[in-house]
Amino acid sequence: MIKKNLTCISCPMSCQLELTIDNGEILQITGNGCKNGETYARQEFTNPQRVVTTTVACHSGLWPRLPVKTVAAVPKDKVAHVVRALHGVEVEAPVQLGQVIMENVAKTGVAVIATRSLPQTRLNNSCENP
Amino acid sequence: MKNQLQKNYAVVIIGGGPAGLAAALGAREAGAEHVLIIDREVETGGILNQCIHSGFGLHYFKEELTGPEYAERFSQQVLSSKIELLTDSYVLNITPDLKLEVISRNHGYLNLQAKAVVLAMGCRERTRGAIRTPGFRPAGVMTAGLAQKMVNMKGVLPGRRVAILGSGDIGMIMARRLVLEGCQVVGVFELHPYSSGLSRNKVQCLDDFDIPLHLSTTVAFIHGRKRVEHLTIAPVTTQYVPNLNQSWDVKCDTLLFSIGLIPENELSARLRIKMDPSTGGPQVNSTMETSLPGVFACGNVLHVHDIVDFVSEESLRAGRFAAELALGMRRPGDNIALYPGENIASCVPHSLSSDREQIIYLRVKQPVKNATLSIGDRYEKKFKRLIPSEMVKLTLPPKILDHFFGERLRIEVSSGEAE
Repeated sequence: MIKKNLTCISCPMSCQLELTIDNGEILQITGNGCKNGETYARQEFTNPQRVVTTTVACHSGLWPRLPVKTVAAVPKDKVAHVVRALHGVEVEAPVQLGQVIMENVAKTGVAVIATRSLPQTRLNNSCENP
Repeated sequence: MKNQLQKNYAVVIIGGGPAGLAAALGAREAGAEHVLIIDREVETGGILNQCIHSGFGLHYFKEELTGPEYAERFSQQVLSSKIELLTDSYVLNITPDLKLEVISRNHGYLNLQAKAVVLAMGCRERTRGAIRTPGFRPAGVMTAGLAQKMVNMKGVLPGRRVAILGSGDIGMIMARRLVLEGCQVVGVFELHPYSSGLSRNKVQCLDDFDIPLHLSTTVAFIHGRKRVEHLTIAPVTTQYVPNLNQSWDVKCDTLLFSIGLIPENELSARLRIKMDPSTGGPQVNSTMETSLPGVFACGNVLHVHDIVDFVSEESLRAGRFAAELALGMRRPGDNIALYPGENIASCVPHSLSSDREQIIYLRVKQPVKNATLSIGDRYEKKFKRLIPSEMVKLTLPPKILDHFFGERLRIEVSSGEAE
């Protein structure tokens, strides 16, 4: 029987978890402030996953980069593959929040979406001159 | 002009970041008709727009969002709530009778009158100058937040081989970001014997990418004439004095500083409102009103938060109270001063009122385990672990202040084992 310490990354509380493991099976999880901690501990112990956030190039947008993320967590060892797959992707403004930028990124089965709307070059705000 | 900018507002909010957006929504909810947000950037959202990583909104929206997503939810609500926006505009001055001088790209010089003003200017990063790091002044030395804006919004890498001084959250997040963008991060150097950011960021940003965190170390010298060439790293004593006899050299072309944030209070200082040296922000009562009637403060301009969800909650309340004041509703004044005692670095607000629920934010000075937090003899709460980098939020039911007739209450963290 061994003890393993993890820091929960589900939320900023960063609970210190202690896992009691026997024969590769989790017997007990303590230290979690909520249910997410237990889910995280099981996931992290068996198959660690992360949501990947990065940017892609955007033409004629307010900014030259568009922030994107994977809609779901991908296996931790795929994180670098996901970022590499998105390297060189170019989109055209305007972009809508949630717009799919790439399906099945790096064969993970997970889509990548825009995490903001990006209007063309200058914003039309309510106080603009004619 | 599409929309003639009017001159009189119920509530004017300075800053369109998370604090300003939430304050504006709070003010509209409480019934203020004319609410204006002024921001110096071309769009609202503030620093959230460059924080492309996820981890925002778990408290407020009960789901994990990235910074831009969090900002857009608020910006959308603001757009559909008949709140006016004045972007690309800068507030030069506020007078004690709440007249604002504004310089705007589209409108030139403007004079506005407000019934209530909400300060929501946020904070800025401490720089090399703040800690007087010795050495040359080559290119490649900048704050982590500037590097974040360069990488995430402008698509420019600050360098190839990067060292980071300070284990603040932005520094650790940038360490991961730069590794993903193909840079080599040679290490994160932290003066304190503990990481100064959230533990989760150490795990998912440094540990996941095998980036070394060197505790109790500092940059003793920056070498390089045109560009950063290398750094002298030295361990520090318990009194934080660098021990140059045990120093070593680290080769890099870029040095990022992530050594803390300073509330941006130039406007507040000019108004001569009372400040709190421990937070760097104004002193506020339980309605978030500063010492100058009609001027409210919320978000990082008031005290530096570590999660945006708390900023939104605090700012919604500040906006509501500002609107109430603008509409002529006056609450009974606070009757109890709140002051920090043992192991409390800072607390906000600075006074309480016994007529309603109170929310208190505080930070401890030293990490402690099994601590008891107490407010006079009125309230006690046990904590397994308290650390300076994680702000504590307390919600006090009104009944705990019932039958309290004293003038002040001391908030403190007692006993517990030091970590």
